[in-house]
Formats: sequence, C-alpha cells, structure tokens
Amino acid sequence: MQMDKTLDADASMLPSAHRDIGARVTAILAEQAMLEPSDVEPQHSLAEIGIDSLGLVESIFAIEEAFDIQVPFNANDPAASAEAFDISTVATITAAVESLVRQQHA
Amino acid sequence: MHRVVITGAGTINALGHDVPSTLAAMREGRCGIGPLSIRDVDRLSVRIGGQVTGFDEAQHFSRQELSLYDRFTQFALIAAREAMAQSGLAPEGEAALRIGVVLGNSGGGLGTTDDNYRAVYEEGKSRVHPFVVPRLMNNAAASHISMAHGLMGPSFTVSTACASSNHAMGLAFQMVRSGAAPAMVTGGSEAMLCFGGVKAWEGLRVMSRRGCRPFSRDRDGMVQGEGAAVYVFETEESARARGAEILAEVAGFAMTSDASDIVMPSQQGAERAIAGALADAGLSAGEVGYINAHGTGTAANDRTECAAVASVFGAAAERVMISSTKSMHGHLIGGTGAVELLACLSALRDGVVPPTIGYAEADPDCPLDVVPNVAREARVGAALSNAFAFGGLNAVLALRAG
Repeated sequence: MQMDKTLDADASMLPSAHRDIGARVTAILAEQAMLEPSDVEPQHSLAEIGIDSLGLVESIFAIEEAFDIQVPFNANDPAASAEAFDISTVATITAAVESLVRQQHA
Repeated sequence: MHRVVITGAGTINALGHDVPSTLAAMREGRCGIGPLSIRDVDRLSVRIGGQVTGFDEAQHFSRQELSLYDRFTQFALIAAREAMAQSGLAPEGEAALRIGVVLGNSGGGLGTTDDNYRAVYEEGKSRVHPFVVPRLMNNAAASHISMAHGLMGPSFTVSTACASSNHAMGLAFQMVRSGAAPAMVTGGSEAMLCFGGVKAWEGLRVMSRRGCRPFSRDRDGMVQGEGAAVYVFETEESARARGAEILAEVAGFAMTSDASDIVMPSQQGAERAIAGALADAGLSAGEVGYINAHGTGTAANDRTECAAVASVFGAAAERVMISSTKSMHGHLIGGTGAVELLACLSALRDGVVPPTIGYAEADPDCPLDVVPNVAREARVGAALSNAFAFGGLNAVLALRAG
C-alpha cells in the first residue's frame, strides 16, 4: 500500500499525459501478469511479476496497440534493444514508452 | 529390415532451381537472401527473405494446372520431377500400388489463403475461385505428386512446424526399412513468403531485418525462405537391381518431444533426438563428420543446439563440423529439413561441407567448428541433419555415404 502512495507521488510530479502513460503501461503489464495494477510497482522487473519471454512479446504488442507506436524490440537480443527500449523494470518500460510516444507522435 | 538408400534428389529454393545449381551455391557460400518482392511489402517491418527468384510458373505448368496449384504445390512438383528423373524409378503394376508420398509442410497453401482473405475481407468480394480449398489444403502437394507419378501407396502430409520435413523423411525411411513400402517419395515444401505469412512471423519478434547469421555472436534472428526438396528413398536391393545410382544411405532416425514450452527449445529434448538417431543408425559420435544444424540464427536455438551437440558428442564435438545453411537459403519452415538434406549429400557424396555464411564473431555459447563462411573439403562418412520445431518437436536423421 505504501508503494501506491509512492507511485501516486511520482506520478503527481509529471504532466497529466505522462501520468496517464504510466498508469496505462502498469495496467497492461498487470493484466499480462494476472495481478491487480496496485500490486505492480515501478521498480519491479518483469520476472518479479511473473512475465516470461512470451508474456513480454504479448505486452509489447499490447503497448503498441494502446499507444499507436512501434516498439523497436528484438527477442533475440534484449540487451541490444535496451538502448531504444529498456525492459529492466516497469519504470524503465514506462520511460521508454513515454519517449517513443514523444518521438512518434511529434 | 531393409537398408534404405536415396536414389533421386530434386529441389527449387532461393539458391537454385535444381540440385546442381543449389549444391554449387552451397559450395561457393552464396547468399540467396535478399529484399522481398511481394505485395504490400511496404507495410512489413521485415523486408528480406530467401525468395525463389527468376521463377516463371507458366514455363512449368499449364493454365489448368496452375488454377489448382498453390506455389507450395508448384515447388513440390518441380522438385519431385527432378528426383524421379534422377532415380529412374518408374513405378508400375504391383509396385506402384505400394509406393507413396510423405511430404512435410507447415503453411500449406498460405498464399492462396492470403489472397482470398484479402479478396473477401479487404476488397469486399462475395465470391472466391472454386478451387480455393483444393489449392490451400496441406496435403495438396503430396496428392499432386502422387497423381503426377502414379504412386498409389500410402501418401500423407506431416505438419510439425520447422521439423515437418525431417518427420516426413523419417517416416518414409521407417516405412521402407520395415518393408511397408518398397520405395517412398519424400521431402517437404513451403511457400510462406506472402504478406500474411511474413506479418505473422514479425509478431513473434524473432526475425532479423539484416540477415541470417547462425552461431555468430552478432546474430539477431531468423530469415524466412521458401522452396522445396524431394527425394526418392528405396531399399538397397531395389536400387541395386535397377542399377540406380546411390546418393547416400539413410541410416537412422529419431524423434522426441520436449513437453515443456511452445516456443523455447529444450537442450534435453534435442540431446535425446541426436543420441537416438545415432543409436538407430548404429553410429558412434566419432564416426559423424558433419552435422547440418537446425541453426536458425536466433539466440535461443543456436545456444541450445550447440550445448546439446557438445553433450551428446563429448570429446568428438571438437572434431565434428556443424554448419547452418539457413544462412544461405533462409528458414523454409516446413520445407527446411528437406533442402538442408542436400548439404548432407554434398558432404557425403562430393566431400564438400557447406559453410555457415555471414559469420562475423565467435560466440562463447557456440564453441563448435561451425565451418565459418567458406566451404571445406573433407571426407565425411556419416552425417546428421537436425530439426527442432516450435512446439518442442525434434527430429534428427542420420546418413551414411552410399
């Protein structure tokens, strides 16, 4: 529950569009992990919330559909893809989506 | 139990429209992968493939035939024609009643499906060509080969994704070895390079946009190909009685299931298939000079396959040559094992081991002799051909020089 507050506090510092992106990304990952969004914390890795390689590919598809963006991600080399789309944690994924939305909807 | 030999081979693929041109390309380490030329390619993010180019279907088939033949059937018929001509097998009477066709393919007439979905969904048409079903069905290619060559024995199609052809040829081998059939026509065909066929693979994010570089540290995925290869398998007695040239002996076969994950490969499943094929052939690992790898160029396959080979071969792993010809012709999915068997014939018969091209940098996870970039001359007495499919289905063939 304390995490919820932290998330809210972080989110409140952001412009509303970005707060919205964070919430939507969290909702997408939570649905994939079969968790409540409130159980998914920014510092969580995908492994920690039970998302495997297939789940990751599905999550990226859902993110592309939700935000109408192209995510440059190749499952063969997540490390090389990390520059454009860092999948280390929920927070890095959110940041990457925010950046792609900015670039691709400019 | 009969000894089983190969007396005919035929192919059409990105490297050539017949066996001699394909073997020459493999010897030269030529790359058949290039920009895709298909409808709506601009809406794809993966725009390369091992496409059959310079192919005019009207030169091979009549208008009436073409109305019934999807591209995968055309490829299969062209390859079968070459294999039957080389073999000289002309089944008639009692024998024709017992010889059949086992082919592997995964997508069937996917181009036909794609075209006609487009017609009804995108273009809003309410009517499709009357032969859509006989064109797209997975067994169309096997059936048309049976008709073209009067083969009235057991014919069917095997569909196990990337292992389809190896499963098909393995079953044909078992049927001839057991005496169930005096000869079988077998191999595989695939023609998935259409908009829907590439788009579906894009979704899985395992495709490379640059090229297929198996075992190389900088590899970044697979590249699709298309085409077919077809063989005549028959008993050694029959081949000798006819005076047919023996291209190689099919010596063993094994298949296993990982029973673990729908896409991630299992080292144990691959190991059991490799060890099983050796045991079935009565070969020791030390006798095997060449392995045609599954070698898709994905991170997961190449690492797992090398670990499996190293584990089964032990000390012999340091001497065996293992290459992935997918680097040249792409991944033919259901047809891939059939085209790759040509690399084994090259090694066993011509003493030329085809290379893994596009190899730039050693990967500590793949510490085997992958015959980088340049073909090698070597005397090879026995060879293996690996196929490890999505779904965790593994099929490995063992061959001996004829």
